[in-house]
Amino acid sequence: MAQHQVNYASAGGLPVALTTVDHLVNWGRSNSLWPLTYGLACCAIEMMAAGASRYDFDRFGTIFRASPRQSDVMILAGTLSKKHSEFARRLYDQMTEPKWVISMGSCANTGGMFNTYATVQGVDRIIPVDIYLPGCAPRPETLQYALMMLQKKIRRESANMKNNTKQNLRLI
Amino acid sequence: MRKYVPKDSVQKKAYYTDRFHVVPSTPREDVSTDEVFAKHLETLSAKVEVKSARIELGSMVVEINHKDNYKAVEILRDECGYAQLTEMSAVDYLAKDGNFEVFYQLLNLKEAKRMRLVMRIEQGLAVESVVPLFKSANFAEREMFDMFGIVSNNHPLMKRIIMPDDWEGHPLLKTYPLQGDEFASWYEVDKIFGKDAREAIGPENRDPSRIDRYDTKRFSRVGYEVPFGADISEGETKTEIEYSKTFLVDYTKGSGKQLDKRK
Repeated sequence: MAQHQVNYASAGGLPVALTTVDHLVNWGRSNSLWPLTYGLACCAIEMMAAGASRYDFDRFGTIFRASPRQSDVMILAGTLSKKHSEFARRLYDQMTEPKWVISMGSCANTGGMFNTYATVQGVDRIIPVDIYLPGCAPRPETLQYALMMLQKKIRRESANMKNNTKQNLRLI
Repeated sequence: MRKYVPKDSVQKKAYYTDRFHVVPSTPREDVSTDEVFAKHLETLSAKVEVKSARIELGSMVVEINHKDNYKAVEILRDECGYAQLTEMSAVDYLAKDGNFEVFYQLLNLKEAKRMRLVMRIEQGLAVESVVPLFKSANFAEREMFDMFGIVSNNHPLMKRIIMPDDWEGHPLLKTYPLQGDEFASWYEVDKIFGKDAREAIGPENRDPSRIDRYDTKRFSRVGYEVPFGADISEGETKTEIEYSKTFLVDYTKGSGKQLDKRK
């Protein structure tokens, strides 16, 4: 026998339908973020460690996928050279909407110590970035934290991606 | 950020301005001091004109004319036992001497000897490829072309190896700016989005310590916190820093326990 009484009418009315759909969709999206298996440099080693058993990304529902078609998140882990930039962009374009990007490490954020002719000075020059993760290289815990921040961000967003400002920025 | 200085005359200037600096040099010995090297040099100089020869840091350095490079490498491989080409590339001496130095680093495993075959070549001239003699020269010559623009004749695939195929310029030249020229700085933008996107994306930020005083989306001042993206072009008000009092312990009240032993 239930000890408490469920009465929507007395508890402030029925939940608003739109918010619930948003909440439900974002709950699903944020708890099944599948990143692309895509490592560029030494940050990829930390990303692999984060995915392996000790730090265990799977408990966030984060499973690395080998195809951009199945991925939601692109973790740009490492130095992006200018020669490779077009391929990184192509992989990003191949990912299905909705998609998010984590820029991992100093090199991906700003070019880092590679202040040279051959390195892209920040991946946000070619790909819109959601989370900038500092460090050289960031520890796996830091990547986990970045992922949790991304989850928070997704839960705040509208489930309809067209209402989000990032959608408009993506058209460059 | 380190100050950028033009590199055009970097070879003509003294590298150190310290008045007590002594330029380090390595002792150079005559080839006749080593029997094995002397024998190799004799074999080589019988068929190829040798401009100079010395022993430096235990390895022989022989300078020849650039037109004899294939013949010289062939003689060293077949008659002197230098079975490995461990390294080959070029050095940019354009500002100092007006030419490149191309070098072949060779290894003789049987007699445990290393030697370097060097030759000077003017800019714009091509060298003869030694790929038929040494397979390892294949990538090395492509890299030499990529980095210096020195073409190797009769190479099986004379194209860039490190930089993209559509790259302009040769980055290891002393005159090439470290942070890239105009082409390099817009390469990824031009290639992915086209030249029209240059204005929207903007130039590269080459200053890693750049701070924008009025950008409240990425920067904030301690004690002057404002909402995200707020306009502070007319100044912001000071906010007192509030510390959490949860974990502060007031030791003045003497509320803590004191053990009898310690009285």
